[in-house]
Amino acid sequence: MTARRLFFLAGVVTLCAWVLVPLYLIALAATGGSGVVHAWPKPFLPTGTLAATLAPLARFLSIAGVWPALLTSVETALVCVAISLALGLPAGYALARFRFRGAVLFRVLVLMTRAFPVAILALPLAVTFIRLGLYDTPVGVGLMHTALALPFTILVSASLFQAIPAELEEASWVFGCSRLGAFRHVVMPLALPGIAAAATFAFVISWNEVFAASVLTVRHRTLTAYLLAILPESPLNVQFTGAFLLVIPSVLFIFLVRRRLFSIWGIANR
Amino acid sequence: MAEIVIDRVQKSFGATVALASVSLAVADGEFVALLGPSGCGKTTLLRIVAGLETQNEGRVLIGGKDVSALPPRARGIAMVFQNYAVFPHMDVRANIGFGLRMAGAERARIARQVERTAALLHLEPLLDRYPAQLSGGQRQRVAVARALAVEPQVLLMDEPLSNLDALLRLEMRAELKAILQEAGTTTLYVTHDQTEAMGLADRIAILQGGHIVQTDRPTILYRHPATRFVGGFIGSPPMNFLSTEASGGHVGLGTLRLACPRANGPVLLGLRPEDATLGEDGMAFELAVIEPMGSHALLTGRVGGQMMRVVAPPDTAAKPGDTLHLRPDPARVVWMDATTGEAITA
Repeated sequence: MTARRLFFLAGVVTLCAWVLVPLYLIALAATGGSGVVHAWPKPFLPTGTLAATLAPLARFLSIAGVWPALLTSVETALVCVAISLALGLPAGYALARFRFRGAVLFRVLVLMTRAFPVAILALPLAVTFIRLGLYDTPVGVGLMHTALALPFTILVSASLFQAIPAELEEASWVFGCSRLGAFRHVVMPLALPGIAAAATFAFVISWNEVFAASVLTVRHRTLTAYLLAILPESPLNVQFTGAFLLVIPSVLFIFLVRRRLFSIWGIANR
Repeated sequence: MAEIVIDRVQKSFGATVALASVSLAVADGEFVALLGPSGCGKTTLLRIVAGLETQNEGRVLIGGKDVSALPPRARGIAMVFQNYAVFPHMDVRANIGFGLRMAGAERARIARQVERTAALLHLEPLLDRYPAQLSGGQRQRVAVARALAVEPQVLLMDEPLSNLDALLRLEMRAELKAILQEAGTTTLYVTHDQTEAMGLADRIAILQGGHIVQTDRPTILYRHPATRFVGGFIGSPPMNFLSTEASGGHVGLGTLRLACPRANGPVLLGLRPEDATLGEDGMAFELAVIEPMGSHALLTGRVGGQMMRVVAPPDTAAKPGDTLHLRPDPARVVWMDATTGEAITA
């Protein structure tokens, strides 16, 4: 084995450990009960029976307010996904297909929205939302999350549409499609896997976001915001259970669409 | 079936003029090739006829109807694209039937048409495959079948054979010609390959720098090029041009005297490589290279310091450095103005 290869493998192991070890420790603490959180050395696998392992998860889900918060999180994320796609797909299509004055500037501006810290966006928004009656609603938080997710949706869908040859669209126009029909029959089916990936990504952004959700809600909190509010008073192992349950959907979704996201972002993955 | 009339169509992209007031009429059932070097505007013209590009001025009529303002789908056309543009998410059957499906044709009719065109292009065994599982030649067939299935009034083709390898191109060319002759569809065909245009077209329109320079039957274009450009573009090897001087209605070349339509002054003599015979007398030809091509020998050399190519019998015994003698066939010689490069008609 050459030094080069050794170096490479060391890098791979480090990167994997970087992601997997915290996940593993969270999972262990989440399922092991209070004993495991403070135990040292930690057991390699959860000790008790399967029922005992799952018991903390069940106990966590029975905490008052967790289910409504979960529902709010899903509602918020769906609002975010819907608006991100409704605005992001046409914008991405325009960037991909039309040459217009200021296209480059538009791209930069889209990215610039991410330059503002969430705090700067969230606090004035709270005031505005109170006036508009959107405060403490999934729609309000969903709008805020759209602001975070939209730049990705626009740029991702632009590169998606760019990857579909214009000739295919032209062929569909020649063979009887209107512009909209061409989008429905040709562009959409070809872009669908990528659009699904972009939607998933928007969902995860919304699902994970905690600061704006905390600022913009009081009683109808998303799961992240709700947990942030109640967990500091909970025992450590319950906190870990909450973290574990929160992280599962994100990890799962990202894992499912990883190849799509990689190809969209132009990262060679083969 | 319908004729195409392109009436003073003009197109510019910003400051670049792609087409400068181009007019062309394609008769019902006729096959016209738009031939020219890259950047001459031929593809732009085809896309304007298709409705994929909008002209700045002028009109396009198909079957007597002004379609200038209509979207592509309302023009009664079908098109074969250079990269075929076969829909990757549909199998061959769905691809061929796409046009009819969009037109809302009955299922039975679509199925019948798909079977018929698939048979025409030998695609029956591939109907359930996806484009990714097809070779370039097969995809090309699918693109042609998709266009023919709608039984278009007008068929537009944009360099449909240019992405095939040489052998397959030759095969497809003959096949395409047979199919289109049978279908009798009015066809406008863009190509930069002059042998393709010569082989396929009833008439060829030669474009240069956004102008149509000459439109005529292949044999006439070959024999009577309207300009030096046409003579040089059509034919392989291209026409030879010798700068000479006329005096008293004649041009002297070595021991030869050829009658010239212009009395005096500089003229260009155009001569096809096969229109001169080697002999004992005539103009002196210093042989530089001899290429045996099997069916003939290609001689490259100089006449009075000017480059010239001649096709000679395959058994020609000569070696580089020899001085041979050429006799041009006076009936085949063309004369052109030395400055404008335009043909001088007697």
